[in-house]
This record gives sequence, structure tokens and C-alpha cells, in this order.
Amino acid sequence: MPQMNLVQAINDALKTEMRRDPTVLVLGEDVGVNGGVFRVTESLYKEFGPDRSIDTPLSEAGIVGTAIGLALNGLKPVAEIQFDGFLAPAFDQIVSHAARIRWRSRGRFHVPIVIRAPYGGGIRGPELHSESPEAYYAHTPGLKVVIPSNPYDAKGLLIAAIRDPDPVIYLEPKRLYRAFRAEVPEGDYIVPIGKARLAREGAHVTVICWGAMVPVALGAAEKMSAQNVSVEVIDLRTLVPLDVEAVIESVKKTGRVVILHEAPKTCGFGAELAALINDKAFEYLQAPIVRVTGPDVTIPTAQLEDYYLPDVGRCVRGIQKVLSY
Amino acid sequence: MIAKAKLEQEPLVPFVQILGPDGTANPTDIVELGLKPHDFKTLYRWMVAGRLFDERALALQRQGRLGTYAPLLGQEAAQVGSAYALKPEDWLFPSYREHAALAMRGQSWLQLLMYWGGNEEGNRIPEGIRNFMVCVPIATQILHAVGAAWAAKLKGEKSCALVYFGDGATSEGDFHEGLNFAGVFKVPVVFFCQNNQYAISVPRTRQTASQTLAQKAIAYGFEGVQVDGNDVFAVYKVTKEALEKARAGGGPTLIEAVTYRLSHHTTADDWTRYRPAEEVEMWKQKDPIKRLRLYLEKQGLWSEADEAQLIEELKAEIAQAVSQYEALPKRPVEDIFQYMYAEMPWNLKEQLQELKEYLAEHGGDLPKE
Repeated sequence: MPQMNLVQAINDALKTEMRRDPTVLVLGEDVGVNGGVFRVTESLYKEFGPDRSIDTPLSEAGIVGTAIGLALNGLKPVAEIQFDGFLAPAFDQIVSHAARIRWRSRGRFHVPIVIRAPYGGGIRGPELHSESPEAYYAHTPGLKVVIPSNPYDAKGLLIAAIRDPDPVIYLEPKRLYRAFRAEVPEGDYIVPIGKARLAREGAHVTVICWGAMVPVALGAAEKMSAQNVSVEVIDLRTLVPLDVEAVIESVKKTGRVVILHEAPKTCGFGAELAALINDKAFEYLQAPIVRVTGPDVTIPTAQLEDYYLPDVGRCVRGIQKVLSY
Repeated sequence: MIAKAKLEQEPLVPFVQILGPDGTANPTDIVELGLKPHDFKTLYRWMVAGRLFDERALALQRQGRLGTYAPLLGQEAAQVGSAYALKPEDWLFPSYREHAALAMRGQSWLQLLMYWGGNEEGNRIPEGIRNFMVCVPIATQILHAVGAAWAAKLKGEKSCALVYFGDGATSEGDFHEGLNFAGVFKVPVVFFCQNNQYAISVPRTRQTASQTLAQKAIAYGFEGVQVDGNDVFAVYKVTKEALEKARAGGGPTLIEAVTYRLSHHTTADDWTRYRPAEEVEMWKQKDPIKRLRLYLEKQGLWSEADEAQLIEELKAEIAQAVSQYEALPKRPVEDIFQYMYAEMPWNLKEQLQELKEYLAEHGGDLPKE
């Protein structure tokens, strides 16, 4: 089986689906001739031509708004927004239209689009190149939110997202783009949307995380195992719809929960998870839920970025806190 | 460099008028339209229908029988003339005031009443009709129209899209992004701006320092044209030409139909706060319906008896829709949850169940306070 990094796996997913389904196309800034600023759409232009690998004007609302129109008339656009921070100019088209057209039309129309964007910090980017905006989209009814953490899932989830009849926000942890390689099957397979992955089995504490925080959680679990603490790590993979069963099952087993995310704490997706666990498994909890997250600040640029980002040490500290209650 | 003074003297875009306010027209222009007396009468019928529906909807709102409603009064020619040029395979993207155009394309009066009565079923476009739904935010639908038309081009289909918006929409980013995409990709789309002179209270002169709205097309690399929006013949002509050009691969056109909103922005608005009655009176003299009727009468195509019969027929048709609308039972609460996703996720199922349990505790409906 070929070894791929995250970029190659996403590229392979696009190629696989574009070969299978002639209605799939990609559009965005620099996605054609240049193959994307991170090379995620590398060689699509060569294989599929300018009508399916489309360099658009520099216009995020234009990219998402026309993608909606393309989808209404029978195509399956995969729109790339070049960086997380530039989803904001397209926010209106995403939340006021993509998310609502099925509802607005009572199902006559729907919007099978995927909006891909690299997200998160850790690459020493300039301002608005390191955001973690998943909670905005998870809060908006009508959208699905998918965040892979490894090459295998990235390919399978993207293929599933392209085939999904509803709009999917697909956030790619850019810090992991070239961080490691893993086995990725050739050809067609999906990882279903709405299913979490048990990234590490454990008995004493559950760490719930996604995207770029998964390796952080696994690092913390490894450290804790040296202290004979067995940490279970749940990689959500999909925030909406959430795999509630996987979360609750693990909570019932361990009774202690750390939620780990890179986005700021207040109204982050961790708050929703904590409330949900409160609703569904309160009597199993042996300690208050601990959230290890970015602080409620604008993510710093290069110099102080590491002070913002949750790391293995902070995750370990969270685990110790939930254990010591 | 073009001097400002020159710009003001010499418009950058043509202005098209065929039918004057007194109902006269150059016979050659009429021949060139390619329309028959039957078409003239059909156009007239739809314009009168739009006005009668508008009157009825406004009255229903005032009586508390309809929700907030956006009147079309004065814009009948702009809507009917443009929609008449569309083929069934073309896509129509409305804003929220195009009741006449939507009805012409096969949506029922009943459906329009349902929408403005707060029943989302009114936005369920019947299968086979290529209308899109009412779009409440300003200018956002322009991008959808560009995308739909672009898809037609990519698929090698001959259909076009026509999108309605107002003068205020030309100040929104989505207008500019839409025109820019359409120009770059030579998309078969017609941008139809109903310049009704006001965005609620803010006059056209506050939207842009440009002499015309149509000239904005020039910067995006395609043609703009101004048309007398109260002249149904001229509106039909420019729209038909724009659609033919689009179908032939010539790309987009921006049409600015110069018209006037004779009524309020919506029933929640009061136009007397921001414009003089004399101005409204002046525009009433340019009434689009009166103009066409004068023409038809001069041609011996229309009589008092025809008028009386038409009004009676249309009033009966609309009255029937009102009765049906008022007899409709309330939609089930499941509707709230049903259309968010293709497949209802667990949290929506759970929340629906919770709502149903609450209602069941109170005899099946919300408790009476």
C-alpha cells in the first residue's frame, strides 16, 4: 500500500473522485496551474483541464456563491478557500445560503458542495493564516463539519464529503500536511461522515480531540502511560453530525474527560461536548470535565504562537487535573 | 482621461425606449420586436394580474391576514417584459419583489400567498419550474445565478440564467463579485437590475456616484444597457437580445431597468417619510400599465369591455387563491426539522421528540397562556 502524507492523500481523494464522477470539479484561488499554495490540487489541472480545475478571481464569496449555483445546476464543486481566515469573506454565502437552501426550498434544491480550507496554527503563518473556526460552522444548522487528522481518514472522509448531498466544511490541519506519512489505499474507499475513531484505547481518562490536536493527545497519552495511567483518545473526525455514541460510550468507561482543542475556549466546540456529556452521562462522571484549549485571544503570529497552542505538556496537565479531583 | 463634464453629457451606455408614456410607438420598432397582438395581450394580462395580486396582498396584510409583504406596484413592465423573454429551460433567480415574474413562470398565486403568509411551503418551487426561491439578503442570489449559468455552459446546455436585483444591490460586494466572475468566465447570465430609485429610504444617488448603474458592466468587460423599465416592449427587447447573446456564447449583459417603486418598500415601511408626494405623482404619469393599454386601444386591440372582463377574471382567480390560502391547515411541526439535511441527524430527532412530548403534555399544541 502506498505511503502518503496528508496533502498527497487529499490530492488522491480529489483525483479518485474526479475520475469516477465527471460532475466533480475544483475551484478556488491558485488551485489550477499552480496546484494550490499547499499543492493539494497538484496536477489536477493537467489531468482534468481548466474547466474542472478552475483558477477563479480572488473572491471568496464569489467562489462559494458560484459553487452554490454550480451545485444547483447539477455539478459537484469542491471549493478551496486558501486559508482559514479567508473563510470569513464567504461566511454569508455559507451560513445564509449553502446551509439553508435545502430548508428554504423544502428539499427541491440542495447544495452538494465541499468547502475545503487549511486550518489551525503551528506553521508560523502571518495573521489570519492560523485560525480554528470550526465552532462557527458547527453552530450553523444545515452544514456538516469534517476535520481529518491523518492521511487515511483524510482521503476517505473527503470522498464521503464529495458524495454527501449536503454542504460539508472540510478543514485540513495544515500543521499536519507534511508531518508524517501513512498507508493509504489506492482507489476508492470512504470513511463515513459522523463516525469517530478510537485513536487509542484506554481505561482511566478519555481525551476527546480532532485534527491537529490528535497527535498532541496521543503524545500526552504516551507520557501518561509511563505513569501507569491509561488514556483513551477519541478522534472525532466529524464535528457535525457528531458521533455521540462513541463519546458517551468512552465517558461511561473512564468517567474522566479532557476535551482538547486549538480554538479559543469560550463557545468552542468543547463547550458543546461538555454540555452533551452532562446531558447524557452525568452520573458516570467521576470528576468535572477539563477543557484544554487555546485561550480567548487572537492567535499570535510566529514569535509567541507556541504559547497559545495546546501542547503535550498542557494536555498532560489537564489529564492530571481530571485524575486528581 | 474622460473629463467628468463629458461623462455627464455623454452616457456610457445606450438607453432604450419603444413605448412612450402616451402609448405611442414607432411601428418599425414594434415590427422588430417580433411579437403578435396575442403577445401584447398576454403581456398586458400579466401586468394587470401582477397589480391586482399586489393590491390584494397589501389589503390582506393590512387586515392581519398576511405577513410582511413587498409590493411591486409600478414595476409590472420591468418584471413581465423580462420574464416573457425567458424560455422554460432558463433559470430565474428572484430577489423578493418579483411576484409577477414568478407567477408567469408557473408559480401559483396560492404559493406566493403562502410564502408571504409565513408558510415555507410557498418557497417549494414545483418540479420542472426553473425558478429559484425568494432571496431575502441583498445581492447574494447574483452569485447563485452566475454559478447556475456557468454550470449550463460547462455541461454544454443552451440554457441561461436571469437574476433580478435592485439599485441598492449594486452597492453590495456580491454584485461586483458576481459580475466579475461572469465576465471572466463568459457566463450565459443576464443581470437584471430593477432600479426603482430607492433602497428603502435611500435614493439611487446615495448608492453610487456613477451616472448610470448599467455602466458598471463596462468595468467587468461586457455590455450594459439602460432601458425604460416602465416600457414593457423595450424591456422585452433588451432582455431577449441579452438572452440571445448569452445563448450564442457572447457572455453576460447588465440591464438597468429604470423604473419606480410607487408603493412602500414593504408593508413595514412608510414612503411618505422620505420622498415628496409630487415625485410619486410624477412617476404615476409614467405608469407602465396605462401606457400599454393606451397602445392597445390605439391599435384597436382593446376595449372597455375587454378590460372589464379581464379584471373580473383575474379578480376571481386571485380570490380563489386567497380562499385556498386561508383554508390551509397549519403545517406539522416536523416541518421545522425535516429539511435541514438529507437524513435527519440524531440531535434533530431528539429535539423533535422533545418538542412533541411538550406539545403532547398540552393536548397536542402549545399551551394557551
